[in-house]
Amino acid sequence: MAEEKKQFRVIGTRPIRHDGTDKVTGYARYGADIHLSGMLYGKVLRSPHAHAVIKRIDTSKAEALPGVMAVITGRDLPEVADRLEELGEQVTNIRDESHNVLATGKVLYHGHAVAAVAAVSPHVAEEALKLIEVEYEVLEPVLDVLEAMKPDAPLLNPNLRTRGIGEEDGKPSNIAQHFQNKHGDVEKGFAEADYVVEREFRTTMVHQGYIEPQNATAYVRPDGSVTIWCSTQGAFAVRSQVAQLCKIPVSKIKVVPMEIGGGFGGKTVVYLEPLAVLLSKKTGRPVKMWMNRAEVLQATGPTSGSVIRVKMGCKKDGTLTAAQATLIYEAGAFPGSPVGAGAGVIFAPYRLPNVQIDGYDVLVNKPKTGAYRAPGGTNAAFAAESVVDELARLCGMDPLEFRLKNGVKEGDRRADGPRLPRVGYLETVRAAMESDHYKTPLEPSPDPTKRRGRGVASGFWFNGGGPSSVLVKVNEDGTVDLIEGSTDIGGTRASCAMIVAEVLGLPAEDVHPHVVDTDSIGYTSVTGGSSVTHKTGWASYLAAQEVREEVIRRAALLWSVEPAEVEYHDDGTLTCKSDPSKKTTFKEIAAQMNRTGGPIEGKGTINAGGAGPGFGTHIVDVEVDIETGKVDILRYTAVQDVGRAIHPAYVEGQIEGGVAQGAGWALTEEYYYDEKGHLLNSSLLDYRMPTALDLPLIETILVEVPNPNHPLGVRGVGETPIVPPAGAIANAIYDAVGIRLTRLPMKPSYVLEELIKAGLTS
Amino acid sequence: MATKQIIRMTVNGEDVELLVEARESLLEVLREKLELTGAKEGCNNGNCGACSVIFDGRLVNSCLVLAVEADGKTITTVEGIARPDRLHPAQRAFLEEAALQCGVCTPGFIVASKALLDQNPNPTEEEIRRFLAGNLCRCTGYHKIVLAVQKAAAMMQEGV
Ligand code: FES
Ligand code: FES
Repeated sequence: MAEEKKQFRVIGTRPIRHDGTDKVTGYARYGADIHLSGMLYGKVLRSPHAHAVIKRIDTSKAEALPGVMAVITGRDLPEVADRLEELGEQVTNIRDESHNVLATGKVLYHGHAVAAVAAVSPHVAEEALKLIEVEYEVLEPVLDVLEAMKPDAPLLNPNLRTRGIGEEDGKPSNIAQHFQNKHGDVEKGFAEADYVVEREFRTTMVHQGYIEPQNATAYVRPDGSVTIWCSTQGAFAVRSQVAQLCKIPVSKIKVVPMEIGGGFGGKTVVYLEPLAVLLSKKTGRPVKMWMNRAEVLQATGPTSGSVIRVKMGCKKDGTLTAAQATLIYEAGAFPGSPVGAGAGVIFAPYRLPNVQIDGYDVLVNKPKTGAYRAPGGTNAAFAAESVVDELARLCGMDPLEFRLKNGVKEGDRRADGPRLPRVGYLETVRAAMESDHYKTPLEPSPDPTKRRGRGVASGFWFNGGGPSSVLVKVNEDGTVDLIEGSTDIGGTRASCAMIVAEVLGLPAEDVHPHVVDTDSIGYTSVTGGSSVTHKTGWASYLAAQEVREEVIRRAALLWSVEPAEVEYHDDGTLTCKSDPSKKTTFKEIAAQMNRTGGPIEGKGTINAGGAGPGFGTHIVDVEVDIETGKVDILRYTAVQDVGRAIHPAYVEGQIEGGVAQGAGWALTEEYYYDEKGHLLNSSLLDYRMPTALDLPLIETILVEVPNPNHPLGVRGVGETPIVPPAGAIANAIYDAVGIRLTRLPMKPSYVLEELIKAGLTS
Repeated sequence: MATKQIIRMTVNGEDVELLVEARESLLEVLREKLELTGAKEGCNNGNCGACSVIFDGRLVNSCLVLAVEADGKTITTVEGIARPDRLHPAQRAFLEEAALQCGVCTPGFIVASKALLDQNPNPTEEEIRRFLAGNLCRCTGYHKIVLAVQKAAAMMQEGV
C-alpha cells in the first residue's frame, strides 16, 4: 500500500513547525497557564506512610480556615465497579484508579492522595492541608518484588488472587499475574549450545521526568456540564476516565487539551482531574490544580523496577539455540506493570528456535506504575543485550556480526507469538557497522585513571495505532485547516500537516493544524504507542484525499467535463486531459468554492491497524573513571528503522531524546526508598536526569524501510530509541573495564564498588 | 493573615506596582498575578530552569526569588525577548533547528540562551553546555538545543 515510487515534495523536508512561534515566545498555553474568573486553587494531602489503614479523617479545622472553600476525601468519590479501560499502552482498572486518585480505607504508598482542598490561593490551600487530621494505623510495607512474592509477605490487597497459568491456589497474593510465552523446547536448545550464559539483573523504578507537572482545571456549571482543561496525552481518555470515576455522562464533559509539557506515557492516566471536578462541583467555581515535583515523583506513575533472569545459549559459530527469561516487574500499589511488553521486547531482535519467557506482575508499596516510553522495554533489553554481548565475546565474534547472524527479518516469529511483517532490523545492524562511529577505532584515554570502551545494543518496539479523526477544511485564500484530536507532544502537528500538504500539493505552511477539544472532533485515542503520525497521519491522508477529490469535481464542473478528465498534479495545479488550454490551481478552486457548490471539507476517520514495528541499533563509547566510578559518554550513534521520516528533524529529535532518557536510566536515575517505604529523592536535584553537560552530541542514522501497511510507509519512531541505551552502555563499560554490571543505574557508587571488587582500584 | 507589601518593578519594559504576600515567589506573581505564564514551574526549587528570567541583567530561577525581592528591579521574561516585528535570533534558531519538542522548557532555554549570548557572543559547545546545565530538557537530549545556540550566535555575529 505504501507509495514507494514517488518523489515527495513536502515529506522529508524540514519546515518550521506550525506551533513553534508561540512556543519560543512564551505565548503557548500549557495546562497550568489557564486563568478563569473566580478561579480557586486546589491542593492534595498525601500519605506520609507507605502502607497504613486510615482510621479517621477530620477535616473540620481545615474547613474552618478563612479562604477554604471545600475539602474532599475518598468518601466523596462514588463507588465504581471493576472495569478495564484501554489507555494506549496501558490498561487500567477504573476501580483501582478510583482508589488511587483518593485513598479509601488504606493508603498503599508514600504520597498516596488522602484528601484535597480548594481555597482562594495556593498558600491558603496548603495551610488547610496541615489542618486536616488523619489517624493512621501503620502497617508493614513490602518494597521488593521477591519479598512481595513470598507466601507470608504483607498483603497490599487481601482480595487479590493471582491470574496465572494453572498454579493458582486461590490464596490472596501480591502476585497479580503470571504468564508464560513459549515455543520450541528450551532444554533441548540449551543442550545443543556450546556456550550458555545465565545472569540475574535488577533495575529500580524510574520516572518519565516530563518537565511540566500534572495539572488540571475544572469547572462544573450549575447545569451539571463540565469543562476540564489539562495537559494530557489523550483528551478523550480523560473524558472517559472522569466520566466513570465521577459518574457523569461523557456527553456532559468537554476536555480541552492544553499544550503538554512532555508525557512519555505518564499523562494518560488521570490524577487531579477528578479531584478538580469534585472540588468545582462543591464550590460552584473553577478549580485549578497542579502538582509540585515531589508529588509528581511520589504519586504519579513511574515505570517498574524489576528482577530479570536471562539464560541464552549459542553454538561456537554464534547461532543462538535457546533463550529463557523470567521477568518480575513491580506493579506498584495496583496491578498493571508493563511486564507483558517487556516479555515481548526482551528477545525481539533475535531468531530463536526455542524460547520460554515467564512474566510476573507483582504489587509493592510504591506508586501505581504507568506507561513510560516503550514500557518495560529498556530494562528487559538491558538484561538480554548484556547476555548477547557476553555470548558474542565467548564466540570471539564482533557483537554486530553476532546480531547480523541471529537477527530477525520478515516472517520470523516473535517469542510472544506473531510473525513479523517487513521490518528493518538487519538494515540497522548493517548501517551501524558502516557508520563512521563504528569504523573509527576508539583511542585509549590519555589519562591513566580513565578507561574507555565501546558497546552496542539493539532494541525493538511494537508501535501502535488506534482510532483517530481528522477534518480538513479549505479556506478561500487557498490554505487549509487541519483539525485533529491528537495531542502534539513533539511535532506531530507538523507531520500531519505535511501529509495533508503533500496530498494537496501545498506548501507545508499553508496547512494550519489545530488540536481541538473533545466536542469539536471525533474520538481520537491517546498520543501513545508512537501512534500519532501513523494513525492521525493516516486519517489526515484520508481527509486530504477527500478534499482532493472534491477539488477535482469542482474543476470538472467549471470546465463542464467529467471528473476523470481532470488531472491533479503534485504541485497543486490541475489540468484537463482533453483540453490542454484549461488550467487551474487549488488556490483558484478554493477562491471560488462558495460559488461552485459551497465549502470544501474532507474527513478522515480510522481505527488504524498495521503499525510497523521499530528496531534500532546503538553504538556508544564511554570513559570510566576508575577512581570515582563515574561513567562519561564520549560518543553516541543511534541507528533506527523509521519507516518514512515525514519531518526528519523531529524524527531525529525523538531518537536523540530517547537516547538521553535511556542514558539517564542507565547511569543516574533511580527511585530511592528507605526501608519504611519513604521516597528519599523526590526532587530534581536528587532524582538525577541528564543535563546538557552529561551528554555528547547524539548522532542519528535514519534507515527507511517503509511500513507496507501504511499509505505513506510511516512507522512509529518515538519509543524504540529508549530501549537499547542501557544495554549498550553496560556493554561499553564491560569493554572498558572488564566488569559485567547487572544493576541499574550504573551510578558511580555501584561502579566503584565493582571496580574495587575486581581489584582495579582501591 | 499573611503579610503583604506593595512592590514596584519593571517587567518587560513596563512599570508595574502590585500588592504581594511575603511568601509569594516572583514566579508565582508573574504567572498568577501578572498572567505572564511564559515562565514555567517545573520544580519550584531551583533545579530545572523552566522559570528562568533575567533579573537586573542576571539570569535567575524566578521560583527561588521572593516577589518582595523584586521591588525596584528590572525583569525580562520570555515574553519580553522578541521585538514586535522580529523574533530574537535564539528564538529563530530554536525554530529552524527544531530545538524543541514539547516546548515547556523552551522559554527557560530562550531566556538562558539570550543571557549567555549577551555575555559571550561566540561560545564553544562546552561553554554552551556548561551555561545551560541549569536548564533541564527531557525531550531533546540537548543535541538540537546546542546547535540552535551555536546558530543563534552566528546569526548575531552576522547581524541577521
Ligand atoms: S521551576 Fe524554577 S528552577 Fe524549576
Ligand atoms: S522540549 Fe520538552 S522538555 Fe524540552
